[in-house]
Amino acid sequence: MNGILQCRTLFIYNTTHNQNIMTDKLEIKEVADIVVRFSGDSGDGMQLAGNIFSTVSATVGNGISTFPDYPADIRAPQGSLTGVSGFQVHIGEGEVYTPGDLCDVLVAMNAAALKTQYKYAKPQATIIIDTDSFGKKDLDKAQFLTEDYLGEMGIDPDRVIACPITTMVKDCLADSGMDNKAMLKCRNMFALGLVCWLFSRDLDLVANFLREKFAKKPAIAEANINVIQAGYDYGHNTHSNATNVYRIETKEKVPGRYMDITGNKATAYGFIAAAEKAGLKLYLGSYPITPATDVLHELAKHKSLGVTTVQCEDEIAGCASAIGASFAGALAVTSTSGPGLCLKSEAMNLAVTMELPLVILDVQRGGPATGLPTKSEQTDLLQALFGRNGESPMPVIAATSPTDCFYAAYDAAKMALEHMTPVILLTDAYIANGSGAFKLPDLNAMEGINPPYVPEGLKGEWTPYMRAENGTRYWAVPGREGFTHILGGLEKDDKTGAISTDPENHHLMTIKRQAKIDNINVPDLEVIGDTEDAELLIVGFGSTYGHLHAAMDEMRAKGKKVAMAQFRYINPLPKNTAEVLMKYPKVVVAEQNMGQLAGYLRMKVDGFVPAQYNQVKGQPFIVNELVEAFEKL
Amino acid sequence: MAFTATEYKKGQPRWCPGCGDHFFLASLHKAMAEIGTEPWNTAVISGIGCSSRLPHYMATYGMNTIHGRAAAIATGCKVANPDLTVWQISGDGDGLAIGGNHFIHANRRNINLNIVLLNNRIYGLTKGQYSPTSPRGFVSKSSPYGTVEEPFYPAELCFGARGHFFARTVATDGAHTVEMLKAANAHKGTSVTEVLQNCVIFNDGTHASVYNKEGRAKNAIYLEHGKPMLFGENLEYGIMQEGFGLKVVKIGENGITENDVLVHDAHCADNTLHTKLALMGNGDGFPVALGVIRDVEAPTYDDAVTAQIEEVKAAKKYHNFAELLETNDIWTVK
Repeated sequence: MNGILQCRTLFIYNTTHNQNIMTDKLEIKEVADIVVRFSGDSGDGMQLAGNIFSTVSATVGNGISTFPDYPADIRAPQGSLTGVSGFQVHIGEGEVYTPGDLCDVLVAMNAAALKTQYKYAKPQATIIIDTDSFGKKDLDKAQFLTEDYLGEMGIDPDRVIACPITTMVKDCLADSGMDNKAMLKCRNMFALGLVCWLFSRDLDLVANFLREKFAKKPAIAEANINVIQAGYDYGHNTHSNATNVYRIETKEKVPGRYMDITGNKATAYGFIAAAEKAGLKLYLGSYPITPATDVLHELAKHKSLGVTTVQCEDEIAGCASAIGASFAGALAVTSTSGPGLCLKSEAMNLAVTMELPLVILDVQRGGPATGLPTKSEQTDLLQALFGRNGESPMPVIAATSPTDCFYAAYDAAKMALEHMTPVILLTDAYIANGSGAFKLPDLNAMEGINPPYVPEGLKGEWTPYMRAENGTRYWAVPGREGFTHILGGLEKDDKTGAISTDPENHHLMTIKRQAKIDNINVPDLEVIGDTEDAELLIVGFGSTYGHLHAAMDEMRAKGKKVAMAQFRYINPLPKNTAEVLMKYPKVVVAEQNMGQLAGYLRMKVDGFVPAQYNQVKGQPFIVNELVEAFEKL
Repeated sequence: MAFTATEYKKGQPRWCPGCGDHFFLASLHKAMAEIGTEPWNTAVISGIGCSSRLPHYMATYGMNTIHGRAAAIATGCKVANPDLTVWQISGDGDGLAIGGNHFIHANRRNINLNIVLLNNRIYGLTKGQYSPTSPRGFVSKSSPYGTVEEPFYPAELCFGARGHFFARTVATDGAHTVEMLKAANAHKGTSVTEVLQNCVIFNDGTHASVYNKEGRAKNAIYLEHGKPMLFGENLEYGIMQEGFGLKVVKIGENGITENDVLVHDAHCADNTLHTKLALMGNGDGFPVALGVIRDVEAPTYDDAVTAQIEEVKAAKKYHNFAELLETNDIWTVK
């Protein structure tokens, strides 16, 4: 990722200037990319401010990636350390792969935000604070010991844009007729205005966005626009605490129509698209669980597309009811996170042996047990692959980015329907909550989905485990005359479909179920970077794609020969897996667990002994740390 | 199109000779023929246990799934395709122990689903452990000194979960079972039909007082909506209300006539008396209540799901994926 490097050289703050000096000699500097972190109380609207900033940037063709970092507490006391939520936005002149390690600008709407979020700021970062939220009480709540909070944090005051945001917002809206509470809700827009000034964003774009968003509440739109303008003007008039403002040009534009989308929303959209393509009703059986619930929320909204969602009594029923829906002929999905995956395992196994299509979405979070519900890990991989009784082969697909969640969900549904099998789709809290610019897909151009419905010609001779050429069982949906049959959890006779305990038959059925999954065609593993002469191959799976890509780019920019391969299909593995893994002198498998993919690959590829990079912190990788570790290999 | 009972029949049942499941299966075949839903529009879904083998003997669509989950699986099946007639076959262990949660929530949601609870008060397939309907003190392999826990009464669970239909019958009373199954199917919403049945191997005689015709004449009361609650070999006894409870009275004694006894109202929304009737037991000097104890109309879940989809379809302007995309904030990169 050249962006990060260029950023270091170009994005230099002058720390020798004095505070609030008006000057007409403000320079506009061009930077390759920039990370802004908005932070404040959960109710401060930081996500909205961040979203507007990223969307407006995307509108001019910048690459964007966002990541919310929200607290586990539902609504911690106002101003408390545990109540701070952050929203990080990374924009760049070209594609950006991650929400960025550390931020260039930190917006801290209160003392607690500064206290908890400063660690995410680069040493030279600009800090924007609302001085009205740094009173004695605020400082106490944030556990500052003195009133010299900057001193306590070791922050150079020259890097701080200290602005009485609350006061200025109230002044700005004095004639608006809004009550105090409503006015305070606009504080985030003042901060946004400041950030827009700092990065030379066109306020007309912001205004248009708000007028569309609040189309039904024009007064609110105008109030917000006024406040943003005030924030922008404040920056412009005082030149605040910066000698430079910055511009991010756009390179590598891919023309098209775009929207901002989170991974969870993209996943929901993928299922909707797949159901429409397959001509099936979409059924979701689910139980609320962080961080997967937004998929349930999203799908529950779209009844006008015929989507049926049932919020079940428990995780088990979520999966079980989806199996019932699948039997009845729907595209059936159940969504959950790790603890729910444990509970669904028995029912998932039923779908394995009944050979019914089903997608199990596991939005991974920190474990074990309740673990870190709002944080991200890749620790369910082996559970997804092997966490069931008996020989229970099940395809596993891992999405690589928020926008890839759409395609991964589509692919998982297609695979389930065409191969009559449950499929596990792994995402995680990081990509589920993070967002990226999503080029609107054209469903007509996407690959068709063709389930193996039992041909009418087989009437009279058909039995439930009769297989098509590729080993897939046919699907006979209730309602069709001549194809009544029974499925179940007990082993069945290969030929008659009746219950069978025959040893040879069980062995045969086990082999056939395995072969059916093994024979699924998945795309080859793609190698990028120095594909021919890399000295190091970086291997990962799923959501770490962006960070590993950025790490590779950084190493290559330093002249190292590096390649990477990211697994999206984990079971079955791509056919060229062994060839790729054995081709390079050094291989490191980097994952957010204790080595689950590395162990799995060692099991599958003879003689493969990779180096490992394992981190289980509930947070995304940090590119610099990856580079540092990989350079030592 | 009419079907015979044989057209719903498949295979040779493997239950023990004399098992109540045989009797019930024959009644189910008959009831389905009389109901007349095509075998290919019928799904019979069970969990695990002796009685859960039943779908294997049906020439309908069916699933013999995993322990306790039949109600949840049946729910998804019915919601995804409301045109199917869905039956759920469960035992007392499958339906009320491991599947208790799904049982109450199916009742609460009021899915249009026919739940049959074959109650022999024992785990038969695992060879004789007490079940959640075994009486306190019940001696079994897993309770050699007697159980120290209270049983469930299926009707109480059903009503506690706001269930709208509950009927009870005895497996050996084929004609009555057929009537109950037809009534259950005619009811829109979740129906629970409790079938009292014997386990000849592990719990022989558990329903002995009502298992044959003679016993039922003395020890059971057949409730029918709109009919006075009379029972006994010559209908010489009746049920009356007394204070907060019920009492058994003899017609002709103390000036009591047929007109004084309770008239059954299965359609009464208040389930208080339905509960009392369902809880009557021979041990307390009452007859065992058989028949449709409760049958109250209420909106069904599957209808409501479909109606809501239609409502939202009419209200919203986007009806396919391409239109859904357009509902977002979109920007164009040129």
